[in-house]
Amino acid sequence: MSTATTAPVPAAAAQDSPTILSARGVTMRFGGLTAVNKVDMTVHEGEIVGLIGPNGAGKTTFFNCLTGLYKPTEGEVWLAGAELPPKPREVVVAGMARTFQNIRLFANMTALENVMVGRYCRTSSGPLTSILRGPKFRREEEATRARAQELLTFVGLGGKGEHLARNLPYGDQRRLEIARALATDPKVVLLDEPTAGMNPRETEECKDLIFKIRDNGMAVVVIEHDMKFIFNLCDRVLCLVRGELLVEGDPGTVQSDPRVVEAYIGGSELDDEEDEH
Amino acid sequence: MSSSVSNPGSHRAERDPRSWRDRLAAGSPDSPDAPAQLNRAFVIGLVGVALLVASAFMSWTYNPALLGNVTLYGNPGTVQIYLLVMALMALFLLLIRKGPLSRLGRHLGRQTGLRALGIGITLYLVIAVGASIALTDDAMLGALDPGVYVGILGGLLVAAAGHLLPTHKAVGERHQRFPAWLEILVVVLLVALALAAAAYGLGIGDPALFVAFLAFVAVIAAGLARGGFFDWLSIVVGHHRTVLLLATFAAAFAFPLTQNGSDANMSIATSVLIFAATAMGLNIVVGLAGLLDLGYIAFLGAGAYVGAMLSESAFATIDWKPPFIIVALIGALFAALLGLIIGSPTLRVSGDYLAIVTLAFGEIFRLTMFNLDGNNGPDLTHGPNGIPAIPELNFFGFDFGATHAFFGVPITRFANYYFLLLLLIGFIILVFTRLNNSRIGRGWIAIREDEKAAEAMGVNVFGLKILAFAGGAFLAGLAGTVKAHQDVSVTPDQYQFLESAFLLAAVVLGGMGTVGGVLLGAVILKLLPEKLRFFADYRLLLFGLLLVLMMRFRPEGLVANRRRQLEFHDDDEALADEVEAIHTEKVT
Repeated sequence: MSTATTAPVPAAAAQDSPTILSARGVTMRFGGLTAVNKVDMTVHEGEIVGLIGPNGAGKTTFFNCLTGLYKPTEGEVWLAGAELPPKPREVVVAGMARTFQNIRLFANMTALENVMVGRYCRTSSGPLTSILRGPKFRREEEATRARAQELLTFVGLGGKGEHLARNLPYGDQRRLEIARALATDPKVVLLDEPTAGMNPRETEECKDLIFKIRDNGMAVVVIEHDMKFIFNLCDRVLCLVRGELLVEGDPGTVQSDPRVVEAYIGGSELDDEEDEH
Repeated sequence: MSSSVSNPGSHRAERDPRSWRDRLAAGSPDSPDAPAQLNRAFVIGLVGVALLVASAFMSWTYNPALLGNVTLYGNPGTVQIYLLVMALMALFLLLIRKGPLSRLGRHLGRQTGLRALGIGITLYLVIAVGASIALTDDAMLGALDPGVYVGILGGLLVAAAGHLLPTHKAVGERHQRFPAWLEILVVVLLVALALAAAAYGLGIGDPALFVAFLAFVAVIAAGLARGGFFDWLSIVVGHHRTVLLLATFAAAFAFPLTQNGSDANMSIATSVLIFAATAMGLNIVVGLAGLLDLGYIAFLGAGAYVGAMLSESAFATIDWKPPFIIVALIGALFAALLGLIIGSPTLRVSGDYLAIVTLAFGEIFRLTMFNLDGNNGPDLTHGPNGIPAIPELNFFGFDFGATHAFFGVPITRFANYYFLLLLLIGFIILVFTRLNNSRIGRGWIAIREDEKAAEAMGVNVFGLKILAFAGGAFLAGLAGTVKAHQDVSVTPDQYQFLESAFLLAAVVLGGMGTVGGVLLGAVILKLLPEKLRFFADYRLLLFGLLLVLMMRFRPEGLVANRRRQLEFHDDDEALADEVEAIHTEKVT
């Protein structure tokens, strides 16, 4: 399709590179409800993968399984050649960072401090070092600050480091969340609806930012409702419907797949089970 | 608008002050009404001040037992001199409008300052007179002379003048800097003034006069705060943090020298310091990491019991007598260990459960100490009798129990402990601030803000919570070992739930997560009951009332962390701008 061609890197190029994240048969049940059913996903280095699906399709639940927030009932997730550790914190250390659908910044910290918190797992000053303030502490603190400032500039918030997160405009908060995720030095970044509530211009900027992240060698997985956005952005798109993987392929294939169209437009039978977990 | 101007100013203003101010603010500065209105406010204010001055020179009562004898005309008593000072402050705020003082005026919120001062002066008179009548047995209710009424009228007029003045913003100009030496001088002078006020206040014997003095200090503080002086001061202090720190410690060290060898106030001061040191430790747990600990006093108790059991006391239950420095370390570590034991199963669950568990833990500790008397287990604590006769500390031959001379000034037993506790509290403050401004502190605040997001960003939530909990317990245990020696005996009933509640109240009242605020809160909560013995029966009632009022009007605490202030007043645009400006200034 015409919209798909705007992505600067052809989809095929990224798929030749090695796998960084793979989910095999991930299933998540809450009591009798199967929110995610045997979903497979493979993400290669430097690839942007989109995850779409109608409300209640299980996209966010699947994300939570990938980041250790939920432990999948069945199936396994491998990140950079190792099975995913069970705790969210260890998942971050292993190289996966995420943002949240409903922004979860540390509202009463400054933008810079928010990003500095992201550096927590990559620094090691303990309580004694912090109290004694030796040269190592100073060096590390300085490096943390510099890196955080660099990331703020990267996402376009360079001049707003001292603003409280809660006082930032909505679009900036979304970008700050991305900067905070990037501060953990991830190999894969998971973005949960990064453009929700953004105006067209901000959406466009967000797209450029995601390309920039990809160009820095990270793989990106994006959940989105904005079809135009996702088909312009992604190398590959997965469509989830009722917890199951419906279609997978390059944007053109998915966009023209009649089942996807039906799931979104003709799927009137979905209306009565719109419980999102 | 012209019709309202023709009304008598003060009455109109009292009925509907907001419309006046709104209209004045809305009108352009050169509109013909504004200057007339200003002049009217100015005159009303001057009349108010004149009445206050007159009241200071009049008799307030014909009962010489009240308020340290204010029965004379033309010879102001102490409480009347307070009134004079407040009147002069009001006059100053009135006069900064024009002339040589106007340069200062741009930095001060004259309108709010005058209003606070006027209302404060009125309350001061009511409280001072009321307290003296309530506290004097042979007082006659009708014993008041006209001076009181004149003063109250003057206070109301000053408040009315404040109402009538237009609001003006001084935000941008507040950041104008004065020469460094002037700013440092202001900081040093203020600290010296605080020291003098503390020494003076503690020296007041008559409870009614002490209440009057407190009211006086509160009114002055309110006037300064509402007048924008503290905003300016906080910026100045921001520039000269080290100066403030040094000056404060110098003043704190100088305090015993003002006591002339009297132990009465020093014993109060040492108990205040122990309370403050413990509250600072709790501040890490509650203020930084956001963990609600309702049994914190148990950690102080654990330290104290270890200190007592390992002391040279004839009643000590353990035969090993290591030097105090080792005992202090063991006490602190034992408290930290208790913290670990309580914390590790409960810190995995959130909020409320921790509060319940710690509440129970505090009681369990007290009851355990109560029962380890040989009947129900090993005799470690002598049960309800506790461990008495704990000897004085002795550092390298320096006996804490003896009076030493320092440049001719006698330093008594309590003063010795005071100095030691001052070092201890300095250490705790150092730990607090350094942890706060580090990776650890950022992790704690992130947990307080959003635990789940912190976890998802790679913060070791459980580890940091345990660290806060055990670290706080460590500091309390350390303070406890000193407390055992200073109190001479350790008994279980010193460590009941009420004490934990007071510690928490000190943290909340002063301002969670701040150093100055928590110290202030601790001083208020510990000093007032010591000094105002007569209201011991109503102490809980009054503190409960105080906390309710605080939660309603100033939930961020007396000394607010600027950011926390925003948390509670996030609809306040002006405040948000201010915080933003201060932050930006700090960086550049």
